[in-house]
Amino acid sequence: MKKRHIALIIYFIILFIPIYWMVNTSFKTDGEILREFSLYPKTITFDNYMEIFTSEVWRNSFMNSIIYVFLNVIITLLAAIPGAYAFSRWRFRGSHHLFFWLLTNRMAPAAIFIIPFTELYYTLHLFDTHLAVALAHCLFNIPLAVWILEGFMSGIPKEIDETAFVDGYSFPKFFRKIFFPLVAPGIGVTAFFCFTFSWVELIIAKALTITDAKPVVVTLTVGIGAEGVKWGLLAAAGVLTIIPGAIVVYFVRNYMAKGFALGRV
Amino acid sequence: MNNRAWLFLLPMLIIMSLSAFIPLMTVVNYSLHYIFSGSMPQYVGLANYLEVMRDSSFQNALGRQLIFSTMVLVVQIPLGIMIALALPKKGTGATISLVLLGIPLLIPYIVVGIVWRLFTQSDIGVVPKVLALFGYAYNVALDPIDAPLTIFLLDVWHWTPLVVLLCYAGLQSIPDAFYQAAQIDGASTWKTFRYVTLPKLRPVLILAVLLRFMDSFKIYSEPLLLTGGGPGSSTTYLSLFVARKAESYELGYAGAVSVIYLFVVVTFSFIFFQIMKNLGKGEHSR
Repeated sequence: MKKRHIALIIYFIILFIPIYWMVNTSFKTDGEILREFSLYPKTITFDNYMEIFTSEVWRNSFMNSIIYVFLNVIITLLAAIPGAYAFSRWRFRGSHHLFFWLLTNRMAPAAIFIIPFTELYYTLHLFDTHLAVALAHCLFNIPLAVWILEGFMSGIPKEIDETAFVDGYSFPKFFRKIFFPLVAPGIGVTAFFCFTFSWVELIIAKALTITDAKPVVVTLTVGIGAEGVKWGLLAAAGVLTIIPGAIVVYFVRNYMAKGFALGRV
Repeated sequence: MNNRAWLFLLPMLIIMSLSAFIPLMTVVNYSLHYIFSGSMPQYVGLANYLEVMRDSSFQNALGRQLIFSTMVLVVQIPLGIMIALALPKKGTGATISLVLLGIPLLIPYIVVGIVWRLFTQSDIGVVPKVLALFGYAYNVALDPIDAPLTIFLLDVWHWTPLVVLLCYAGLQSIPDAFYQAAQIDGASTWKTFRYVTLPKLRPVLILAVLLRFMDSFKIYSEPLLLTGGGPGSSTTYLSLFVARKAESYELGYAGAVSVIYLFVVVTFSFIFFQIMKNLGKGEHSR
């Protein structure tokens, strides 16, 4: 028993050393980062954070990220909820093949889509817009969303639908009043995963944006490529990118527990 | 009923055709042409594919990728199961553990790269300083063994929590009655694990193996940021290889690599899926 707990604690310490190191660096001055090796900041400075909050480039980058991630979650859910409902309720010709084809898109490496995406969204006059990134991220988020939601929906007995229709519910009313509340935990979990995968994605976001929709993950790559990297600034920006995810976790934490309990994530 | 199903699938199909099907067809189309900027693409059949197959830099990238993904599965899956078994079953400890495990998964790839640059870079990192105490000259940028090893450890650090979360969910769904029965039968800890826990974990493990395999095959940002694919090409995995070719506008070649790449991932995933499903069948007939 005891040995197990010690092993766990060691694991969590190892898990958090790299993250601690970033937080530690974000509160140091550039001079201290380069000059000496210290396990905690000798003089705590908030300059790195202030520079981000006062810089228009950084502020816009964060806004751009948030906008396209939310757009993506909304588009994904609007498309995936009816899709998952169809897969869970009706067995139709080709449904298995279609489902497998969907999943192969989750497997597709984003790197191979750089050029075709660029070309396609240029043609559609959507290049360097939030909508382009949001649509492109559907590549991996819709398959995932359909997969998770289908699991949740299959767990709801079909008799519920049938009873509702016998009772004279129209489909939209049934969906809104009865079905939606039942799958709400599943939708919560799905939204969380879509948010996460869209928020962390770099390759596609980098390929589809130049200035107007440039997200924070791309702004960070510019910073890291330059000579004389401002490590303190990058560390502070890194810390800030974790916060939106943490907020989302806070809101969906109860749904997540249910989602994990169903073993469908 | 049939028509109604397709009506429900319509929004999904429209978006997926825009963000998956059309781009994929574009890639396939590229792969069948020689493309030079300024002139018309020229249809060449499978010539690009032959060129890719013969190219030793592609073979090396594919080999590296397969070794990497195998190591990922061999290390992360058992480690994930062990940690999941050690986690508290309920209470505050369980909630805190789950939240802590979730945090690494929420960090954008680029920030993971920054975290590890700060952590391992020769002038400012912790790792070189600590290893120097033991007399080991660690250099992620210059040493062809340190570099891939660091990328691998980074991946273990980043993604084992996902395996833990999945396995933990699987463990939670095993009714206590199974363990009580095993205890009454006098089964040892190992036997209980082997004949009760492991078979019950199978669906979750299939998911974990598939997700880890697919995602480790797509590794891109980490080597890009940490090592730039180097030193030499010791950390140029397939995604980085394709991206480099696409960036240098060798579109025909890049297209052919992409199609082969996708074929390899889908084939392996399918094989894994079948094997793990069939393993389960043997379990039941015993």
